[in-house]
Amino acid sequence: MNGVIEPIVGRYVHVDIDGEMYRIYFEESGTGIPLVCLHTAGSDGRQWRHLLADEAFAKNFRMIAFDMPWHGKSNPPASWDGTEYQLTTARYTQTIRAFCKALKLDRPVVMGCSIGGRIVLNLAIDHAAEFRALIGLEAADFQAPWYDTSWLNRPDVHGGEVCAALVSGLIAPQSPDNSRIETLWAYKQGGPGVFKGDLYFYRVDGDLRGRVEKIDTKVCPLFLLTGEYDFSCTPEDTKRTAAAIGGASVTIMEQLGHFPMSENPEQFRRYISPVLDRVLAAETVADRSGRR
Amino acid sequence: MISASNATDAAVIEAFAGIAALLDQTPALIQRGRFLDCDCLLGPASHAFHASIRQGRIVDLTPSPALMRSWQFSYRASVAAWVEYWQPAPRPGFHDLLALTKRGEAVLEGDLHPFMTHLQYFKDVLALPRRHFATAVS
Repeated sequence: MNGVIEPIVGRYVHVDIDGEMYRIYFEESGTGIPLVCLHTAGSDGRQWRHLLADEAFAKNFRMIAFDMPWHGKSNPPASWDGTEYQLTTARYTQTIRAFCKALKLDRPVVMGCSIGGRIVLNLAIDHAAEFRALIGLEAADFQAPWYDTSWLNRPDVHGGEVCAALVSGLIAPQSPDNSRIETLWAYKQGGPGVFKGDLYFYRVDGDLRGRVEKIDTKVCPLFLLTGEYDFSCTPEDTKRTAAAIGGASVTIMEQLGHFPMSENPEQFRRYISPVLDRVLAAETVADRSGRR
Repeated sequence: MISASNATDAAVIEAFAGIAALLDQTPALIQRGRFLDCDCLLGPASHAFHASIRQGRIVDLTPSPALMRSWQFSYRASVAAWVEYWQPAPRPGFHDLLALTKRGEAVLEGDLHPFMTHLQYFKDVLALPRRHFATAVS
């Protein structure tokens, strides 16, 4: 055989989310500390493929990226009758916890980007003890809207084209063309109304202002990393959020935008590697002191 | 909005006037706009241009004001914002048309349908001077 086979393996797991079964697609690689990766609104787990293919990280982390229902290869549930999809804070939180439970993950690290970054904050508020560490990319308790989401799903506008064109500006100009195109391709492939439905959580239901103060980083460490070119979740949004949380680590990433892991994987690695090192070091200390 | 000098004003206006020719040299972009016919008002807020687009080509670009000329939508930004937008690697917040509207450096008005159906087209057409502008004003 001449073809190069990547170490990433994809499978389906049937997950009970609030009493209904969902067939969830996930990809994984590596062994060690479970690290669950959450994709951005309107995209899917392919955004994490470079991280999952990283041989160094795979030595210490079991990296898992799943497609949210309605996204990628995770279909809507069998009961779906075509009514408008809307992601809520409660449903998003249930989905992540149910997925982790279904895979029997022991206190995983969860790293999410954009809406994934926002929900990571909610996990830190309400379920911190279930996680080893939480990492929010492009995360804030709230950010000012910059377009009307009704443009994302209407019959006289091509949904894939407009979704991709809107988010294209969130990619840093320094990001390689091929990575930019691949990042946007997922947006062009999304189901009708799915990006818009995700943004219901982001814009309407998931406002965490006034709640992030409850986060206790002594229970679960919190790392926030935001790209300097992200004008949706700006560095200022992330800094403002972190200022209300004692002990949160903040990093502003140069030459990166809203999709660090997929728009410029090499540049992102420079920033995420030290964070994963810290997670690993904390684990080693905990093992030595018998706290596990 | 940030301000610019008269010389910069002139350079931006000249660069804008050259967009139609730059588009003619970019067949892939014309192909992407092949279903687009619209009249719009684009450019520096103080010296905008009436652009007539037919099948993805800018067939007429007339400086405003033009007597009783209609437009479907307008996208107008400060001169300084265009200068920033046309840098080879624009600064954060100046790198995208909607980043400029969010920070108040540009205003988008009118019937936005043609703009939204061809959003990436307009982003790329209005970025065409990026290839030459920085060297032209340096």
